[in-house]
Amino acid sequence: MEYILIIISAIFVNNVVLAQFLGICPFLGVSNKVQTASGMAAAVTFVIVLATMVTYLIQMYVLVPLHIEFMQTITFILVIAALVQMVEIILKKISQPLYQALGIFLPLITTNCAVLGVAILVVQKHYNLLEGIVFGGATALGFGLALIILAGIREQLELANIPKGMQGIPILLIISGILAMAFMGFAGLV
Amino acid sequence: MNQMKNFTKGFIKENPILVLCLGNCPTLATTSSSLNGMGMGLATTFVLIGSNVFIAALANLIPDKVRIPAFIVVIATFVTIVDLVMQAYVPSLYATLGIFIPLIVVNCIVLGRAEAYASKNSVLSSAVDGAGMGLGFTLALGVLGAIRELLGTGAVLGHKFIQGDGILIFILAPGAFIAFGYLMAIVNKIRKA
Repeated sequence: MEYILIIISAIFVNNVVLAQFLGICPFLGVSNKVQTASGMAAAVTFVIVLATMVTYLIQMYVLVPLHIEFMQTITFILVIAALVQMVEIILKKISQPLYQALGIFLPLITTNCAVLGVAILVVQKHYNLLEGIVFGGATALGFGLALIILAGIREQLELANIPKGMQGIPILLIISGILAMAFMGFAGLV
Repeated sequence: MNQMKNFTKGFIKENPILVLCLGNCPTLATTSSSLNGMGMGLATTFVLIGSNVFIAALANLIPDKVRIPAFIVVIATFVTIVDLVMQAYVPSLYATLGIFIPLIVVNCIVLGRAEAYASKNSVLSSAVDGAGMGLGFTLALGVLGAIRELLGTGAVLGHKFIQGDGILIFILAPGAFIAFGYLMAIVNKIRKA
């Protein structure tokens, strides 16, 4: 039951993009086609779950016993950067099709603040390892959901006649605002 | 004169958020009031100046292949300093900004300036560039925060301008997107006209 609450809250109520403003850059940057958006969503899910697991273990078994919690930011970002590189190399070796599907998105993920954000939130919320992984996975699904919805809208938007000043990022921000309003409807759910 | 131009380019012409469109996450998340926005802006400015100066000074020592991880370590060090200082001296602002203080480390503005400017220019110009970009960021956050605060509560920095309760949605998440979208559209319109 507790896990279901974490999942619903992370996907709908506190949607990572639309309510918490994490990962806006890829949200606006790689949402021009549904297909690329799905690829990005898959890559982010993979990296967030892995990164949450690794950073949690480092926090619990390295930083806390040594009383160097203030090194959290430096350690986490380095671990995430190294992890993304490693995933890229391993994927290239073991699964060429998967690498071709996710490969181009991986370097972009290091600067996705959702990854570092989730890692820090898991520590702040005092989740245990399993709760942390569930939270990470659900957050990533929420990111994917928002990304794919926006990509779907953008494909239709190509046909619309948008005022000049509004073209590009401004209209996307306003659409995101309306989406965020729709997601506010989930607020009473948990 | 040249340094002056270097300093002011971040304000309007190359404003990091309104024109270059970098660092959107803190822009949307921390502008629920003008004060929060400017607090975030100043914290980022400090990190920008510090990391720009250090990276410009170390640029010749850092091997080209590992420069990005090296830059990230320098930036993360300054972020940690800001994090600890704010926790000690402005605990209420620190609590409001929350997770976005450690997340300055993945703010594309900071790494972007390190890579595009500080690694190729002198220490002094890099410091000026960092200060200019940081203050441009602070200015944009302050303006966006003031707009949202005015529409959402009718008051800016405690001064009441509009009677009544205001439109609450502008303080909440959707208002951030919409206000930022319109602000950017207005800036686009002015720049191209």
